[in-house]
Amino acid sequence: MKKTFKLEELDCANCAAKMERAINEIEGVENATVSYIQQRLTIEASEEAFEDILKQAQKIIKKIEPDCRIIK
Amino acid sequence: MTKKQKKQLFSIIIASVMLTGVYFITKMDMPWYCKALLYVLPYLTISVSVLKKAFKNLISVLDENFLMAIATVGAFALKEYPEAVFVMLFYQVGELFESIAVGKSRRSISDLMEICPEEATVLRNGEYLTVSPEEVLLDETILVKAGEKIPLDGVILKGTSSLDASKLTGESLPRDVEAGDRVVSGTVNINGVLEIRVTKLFKDSTASKILELVENTQKAKSERFITKFSKYYTPVIVLFALLLAIVPPLIWGKWSEWIHRGLIVLVVSCPCALVLSVPLSYFAGIGGASKQGILIKGAEYLEKLAKAKNIVFDKTGTLTKGSFKISNVTGDKTLYYLASAEQYSNHPVALSVKNGYKGELGEVKDIVERAGYGIEATVDGKKVICGNYKMFLDAQDKNGVYVSVDGAIIGKVEFLDEIKEDTPEAIEKIKSSGVKNTFMLTGDSLSAAQKIAEEAGIESVKAQLLPHEKVAHLEEILKTGTTVYVGDGINDAPVLVRADVGIAMGAFGTDAAIEASDVVLMNDSISKIATLLGIAKKTQSIVYTNIIFSLLVKITVLVLSAFSVVGMEAAIFADVGVLILAVLNAMRGLTVDKKR
Repeated sequence: MKKTFKLEELDCANCAAKMERAINEIEGVENATVSYIQQRLTIEASEEAFEDILKQAQKIIKKIEPDCRIIK
Repeated sequence: MTKKQKKQLFSIIIASVMLTGVYFITKMDMPWYCKALLYVLPYLTISVSVLKKAFKNLISVLDENFLMAIATVGAFALKEYPEAVFVMLFYQVGELFESIAVGKSRRSISDLMEICPEEATVLRNGEYLTVSPEEVLLDETILVKAGEKIPLDGVILKGTSSLDASKLTGESLPRDVEAGDRVVSGTVNINGVLEIRVTKLFKDSTASKILELVENTQKAKSERFITKFSKYYTPVIVLFALLLAIVPPLIWGKWSEWIHRGLIVLVVSCPCALVLSVPLSYFAGIGGASKQGILIKGAEYLEKLAKAKNIVFDKTGTLTKGSFKISNVTGDKTLYYLASAEQYSNHPVALSVKNGYKGELGEVKDIVERAGYGIEATVDGKKVICGNYKMFLDAQDKNGVYVSVDGAIIGKVEFLDEIKEDTPEAIEKIKSSGVKNTFMLTGDSLSAAQKIAEEAGIESVKAQLLPHEKVAHLEEILKTGTTVYVGDGINDAPVLVRADVGIAMGAFGTDAAIEASDVVLMNDSISKIATLLGIAKKTQSIVYTNIIFSLLVKITVLVLSAFSVVGMEAAIFADVGVLILAVLNAMRGLTVDKKR
């Protein structure tokens, strides 16, 4: 399953690159991209694990940019 | 400006005013701690957000907020108060500028996104209901009032209107439509009420396809290079700063002097200018192109287009109008059988037969289309074969479409295809933009192909090709360099896929073409190819300028600050100044020079 989410208050390009790297390391993620310019997060992962992965992704994002949120 | 940007601007202004004030006050004689306390005021005003983030990220040391905090708090400790405030102030100005610039370029892309309709009015059980376009089924009737966007692709049942397709094609002239015409989603109904029979589900409709296309962005090689580079850049610079602050004073002493130099180096440690400006340059290029009705699937293709060496054209519908005029007919019922057999086909020849023949049509079934040859069908119970000379052993020559009924040729129809008015000029521009070789691959006869090639100014012609032969020829051309293929996508999807960059023209409603191609021209003007090549070249040169300029300035400042030739001001410039210049440079891509 591949899904795209909007990111709110993603403020720095370097952070986006860091998020992308970290989210790709979550177990079960096949591919993830964070586009700073489009303010978008795309995750490709299996359907069962998706909710869980999304939660972890939000945690990672929060750690790198405290104000940044995934909009569902 | 967003709320956040306004807040940021506000704190920048307040801090600047305070800094100026404090600067003059501290000219007076006073103990150092008074000065420090006074400077803390503007410093905190400007850096609260950075310090907060830096504190939260204490664990991941190489966060740029953290580094900025270290550099400025360090400067404070070394009693370089104005410097500390200045660094933070300019850092914030840079951040603000970055977010405004990015917001602006994002909006110009979202203008394109506005093609997506929010709702549809559908007729169900005699009532008009407003629903989300996803819920509308095939063959339902939708109602589109004046000023509304057409939500789904379909055919007009009732009503006349003018449609504005400028968001899709860049073409500002409205198109008049009436009952029976096909309409695509994303166009705006200017006047009149239209009742439309839906022919495509929302997810297959033009508007959705375009959105999908724009969102699916492939990263360019240089982008990937920068991402890799940035991973190593910061740690290396931080290590360098650390060594600079510790090693020399162990030998020569003067700790505060060397620590100061180390702090200056820290300011240059963010690869922001590169990480931001390279993707932004591509994004701006893609945005600028979309304003012209050129949709590019990803940065990768702009990169490839910039170094295109060969360009290969399909003939029909690409270089020529594709609306063949019937020039000669032999046999009595030839047109009747041809038109009947081809009535459901989308082949350019079939479409022109539909236009040229207005008589009655026979009953058709068992249709088999054979790409590159023709069509077989049963018309009024008779076996009809229509096609080029390759379908018939007893064809007299290679021109025209033969029609046979129950095994005997009853006649043939010849067509005349006209070159598009702007083709010769466009080819000239394409050549002058640096493309070395021009080719034409076509399924049409050699004589017709050569005539068009000559008029268009194309050098090499390969004619009478079947689709798979086109691929084989393209493979040969691919060996000699980066190759662009331009076609209408109707029966050249395999070639579009195989080329380095496949460009589909006038791709209204042909899904296969949109999927197979890397670039879609929303209208079928061939001059757009020259515009596109211009955009690609410009974007690529912006990207290179930004990479070289940013690196050069940073390295220079690193070296100079290590030898204490320049101070923190230069380091700020290398960080924020370069970022601003790089972003400004990237934004040039949004404006398209129409003359090219």
